[in-house]
Amino acid sequence: MRTVLSIQDLSIALPKGADRPHAVAGISMTIAEGEILCVVGESGSGKSMTANALMGLLPPGVTVDGGRAVFDGQDVLSLPETERQKLRGSRIAMIFQEPMTALNPLMRIGEQIAEVFAAHGMYGPTEREKRALSLVTEVGLPDPAKIMRAYPFQLSGGQRQRAMIAMALALEPELLIADEPTTALDVTTQAQILELILDLRRRRGMGVMFITHDFGVVAEIADKVIVMEKGIAVEQGTAAAVLEHPQHAYTRRLLDAIPTGRLPQARKLEHAPVLELKGLRKVYRTGGGLFREAREVRAVDDVSLTIARGEVLGLVGESGSGKSTLGRTVVRLVTPDAGQVLVGGTDLAALSEEELRRSRNKVQMVFQDPYASLNPRHRILRALTAGPVAMGKPKAGAEAKARELLEIVGLGAEAANRFPHEFSGGQRQRIGIARALAMEPELIVADEAVSALDVSIQAQVLDLLRDLRARLGLSILFITHDLRVAAQLCDRIAVMQKGRLVEIGGVHDIFLSPQEAYTRDLLAAVPGADWAAENRTRGVS
Amino acid sequence: MAVLAPILGRLVKALITLLAIAVLNFFLIHAAPGDPAVVLAGEAGAADEQMIAQLRERFGLDQPFHVQLGSYVWNIVRLDFGYSFRQGAPVLDLILERLPATLILTLTAFVISLTLGIALGVAASARVGKASDSVLTTLALLFYATPLYWAALMAVLVFSVELGWLPGFGYETVGAGYSGLARIWDVIKHLILPASTLGLFFMAVYMRMTRASMLEVAQMDFVKTARAKGLSGPVIRRRHILRNAILPVVTLAGLQAGQLVGGAVLTETVFAWPGIGRLMFESLAARDYNTILGVFLVSAAMVIVFNILTDLVYRLVDPRIGARA
Amino acid sequence: MIRRFASNKGAVIGVLILLIVIGLALSADLLFPRGPWAMVQRPFLVPFTMDGFPLGTDTLGRDVAAGLVHGARVSLLVGLVSTIVALAIGVPLGAVAGFYGGWADEGAMRFTEFFQTIPNFALAIVLVAILEPTLTSITLAIAIVSWPPVARLVRAEVMAVKSREYVDAARLAGLSNIRILTGEVLPNTVSPIIVMASLMVATAILLESSLSFLGLGDPNAMSWGYMIGAARTVIRSAWWLSFFPGVAILVTVLALNLIGEGLNDALNPHLSRKGTA
Repeated sequence: MRTVLSIQDLSIALPKGADRPHAVAGISMTIAEGEILCVVGESGSGKSMTANALMGLLPPGVTVDGGRAVFDGQDVLSLPETERQKLRGSRIAMIFQEPMTALNPLMRIGEQIAEVFAAHGMYGPTEREKRALSLVTEVGLPDPAKIMRAYPFQLSGGQRQRAMIAMALALEPELLIADEPTTALDVTTQAQILELILDLRRRRGMGVMFITHDFGVVAEIADKVIVMEKGIAVEQGTAAAVLEHPQHAYTRRLLDAIPTGRLPQARKLEHAPVLELKGLRKVYRTGGGLFREAREVRAVDDVSLTIARGEVLGLVGESGSGKSTLGRTVVRLVTPDAGQVLVGGTDLAALSEEELRRSRNKVQMVFQDPYASLNPRHRILRALTAGPVAMGKPKAGAEAKARELLEIVGLGAEAANRFPHEFSGGQRQRIGIARALAMEPELIVADEAVSALDVSIQAQVLDLLRDLRARLGLSILFITHDLRVAAQLCDRIAVMQKGRLVEIGGVHDIFLSPQEAYTRDLLAAVPGADWAAENRTRGVS
Repeated sequence: MAVLAPILGRLVKALITLLAIAVLNFFLIHAAPGDPAVVLAGEAGAADEQMIAQLRERFGLDQPFHVQLGSYVWNIVRLDFGYSFRQGAPVLDLILERLPATLILTLTAFVISLTLGIALGVAASARVGKASDSVLTTLALLFYATPLYWAALMAVLVFSVELGWLPGFGYETVGAGYSGLARIWDVIKHLILPASTLGLFFMAVYMRMTRASMLEVAQMDFVKTARAKGLSGPVIRRRHILRNAILPVVTLAGLQAGQLVGGAVLTETVFAWPGIGRLMFESLAARDYNTILGVFLVSAAMVIVFNILTDLVYRLVDPRIGARA
Repeated sequence: MIRRFASNKGAVIGVLILLIVIGLALSADLLFPRGPWAMVQRPFLVPFTMDGFPLGTDTLGRDVAAGLVHGARVSLLVGLVSTIVALAIGVPLGAVAGFYGGWADEGAMRFTEFFQTIPNFALAIVLVAILEPTLTSITLAIAIVSWPPVARLVRAEVMAVKSREYVDAARLAGLSNIRILTGEVLPNTVSPIIVMASLMVATAILLESSLSFLGLGDPNAMSWGYMIGAARTVIRSAWWLSFFPGVAILVTVLALNLIGEGLNDALNPHLSRKGTA
């Protein structure tokens, strides 16, 4: 196979004052025709910088300060800007992570695709449009003629990513750089986009540099893998070799940290329910006015379920399934339209504002975004004691308890006197957990509590939750879009789709013998699912 | 329908706003120290007993408060803004006679400031950090801090008194008897100084806004996409950044329309421009409240028209509006 | 933060100019004990021609320099007080609208929009004309036409902060609405409010001078706008009478704008970075 790209000893310098001198230090790799190379790493590993350097799209202040990137016999890094501009979009194309923002909101999809031809002076207007239409068809967008005239806001996330891919393919590039192209998508959409990229690679024989943080995705599509840590390539090789026999400790750590299909031992659960939901409904009405029709979205549609004392119930679903609304209804940040939320016999949904405030301690929440869940102006101690003090606990007692909890979540009591900005994302999630515990709740709702974290940090927080569950007998409603995470921690799983509860059952039942078609689709779409299954048999044996 | 419905909504809202201003006017008359009838007659006018009695009857000033309010608003609805005793003419006639001059002045200033502001803002953003950018932003900062009327006076001093290039006051050369093109040219010459001094401040506002907006949009993901497609810098700026960056400027221009119309009072005062702003100034000295309030109402109506116009422009530029409904 | 502000050259110049203006205003009675109205020399004395009267005299022989220094008091006082009053109206209104949403928001925003539609300078003229020109009525009128942008800003900021998860957390901690609004939400909106306030003082000074220029100034207080307005008709013969007060206004307003921009860069670093990239 012909080599498309060969990177030798590439170094990228960060501006002065950054946390390290080099974003990327001396990495080398090659990509052959028709080959998919996955560049894997956690945030800050330098994987995206590598891609941007190749395209000549580095942010201001960041510069290439060593190495070569040979494409078609010439070093693209040393080409003048006009030459690089000619390469971009024609022979090397790129797609990005965030399909919602990567398209110009004021331009029709067809125009944005046809523009690639115009940029490189190819064809006349009619021919451009014809070719754009055939590209739209090729990437599997429905009703191509209509999509051509549509604006980005009229397309779903998956459709926008397809449009981006159509744009990238316009001039049949020899190399496609894909920078986390499926990270922002739902799992079933992600599976379709990965399928599309595999298919296009087969038909067009282009080389692909695929950047990802997800080893599941790697298992799904990679021929070769390069693992990056803090700007250094710690390991590279064929996908099979790296996944099955990782050599470097960091790779092994990443692989171990990945929530695989390994299911926890079934635990005996108490019968006493800590939470009962009965016929819960929440409808959102948007728009509506003098001249407009209102639209209704049934976010939660007649959901009933129970959580036993000491149980962890996983609530999974894609975006828009209503899982977050359900979680917010349980803590009553959202008031349901109908139904009951029974916690220890009290219906939280029926309490008045004043009664509710006195019962707030019963259910607590751990939030998704570690950077938004703590008030930047308050010390940690205040975050942990505000609730108990408002509940009438004496201040000294609350403070002592807060320090104790900070020890329990592994931060140490001295963390109490510091401000949120002094902590990393993972540490802030620990503070969030301590804050919930400080209220001595009967139930904790964890809303995508580990989703924003890197995979190794994710594993640590999951360990903490597991540990707390064992030590304190916590009951948790664990909301996540990631089935692999749910499988690690939960006793039972509830699957939601479009506001309805599709299926609920023990974690083994749901993963090994799902009853509903939607659950099966969801499981099949999990990247690296087969590989995980192998891993599971290995783990058991 | 998709296009008409929101405009219909805007018109309904505009009418409600104007009625609310009429109500506000009514309360203002009553908030003034002294007898409302005397207030309405205007202090400087020859307010004899008979006239006051007439006014009292006309506005039902002996009647209960809400009846007075009703009849006042009803008069406004019928476009009866009262009588200026000072000028000896109905307020509406006075305003209508002067309105064209104000419209010419404010529209010219609006168009000049918006086009120049956007053009200079784009130019500055394309040269960000360079000397020409610094010069432009510093000038904008200066214009932004310059009192409108003072800029007008200094312009008269320099271009009219010292250099003698342009006429310093009036709408046209009195008694010259120009007609046709010659007259239009004469008016344009008279218009240059007032329109540019009125537009100066707003040009600075739009320029600063355009520059900031261009730089902000340049950071967005889709601009990176455009670069990845292999588009050249100027094409990216024109096709991708500019259109997105202009939207907030148009919104701002709509909001600023009120200030522009208000500023016309100052400009017209300095240049003796025979518009409604000048009328307001003259009425101030004469305490001719009927006329002041009438001009106030009409200038609010002008602002509403400006707002609806910018709203229409916005709808043309942004496909997301309207389609969303 | 202070270091970021101090490293901004424009902002430092702004602070220096403003300190000088404040200093002059405070020592006006020491520098010109006879006050701004006293006729001290022959009228129309050209500047730089007589010691002790560097800026010349006006149509009645009053010292222009004395007018400037005493006028600074009115400008600064009206600018500051009207801004405080405008904040006192706009902040609570915007906070309640943004925090409670629903009909409170609807009502408050209709009200704000109404005031924003009215040409603000025209409304200020009407208010001052009808209430009789005094420092109080002028200050009040400027505040009444300046609060709507404050309300809109505070509403937008409150809505943004309200959706942060720490506000949800405070709710789950059982804190009352009023404590969440004052303890968690509003403190995180102060930086943009401070920036806006500094720019509002500048705008208020411009408004006050414009009113005085039209003859709607307090007849007992010498002000820059009045000086220009009184000299308007003699511009052909005595340029300096309108020139110097105009420069005073320009420089003061410019200083406040520079300070506002410096504060903006220092308090909202993520926003300013966008501008310099």
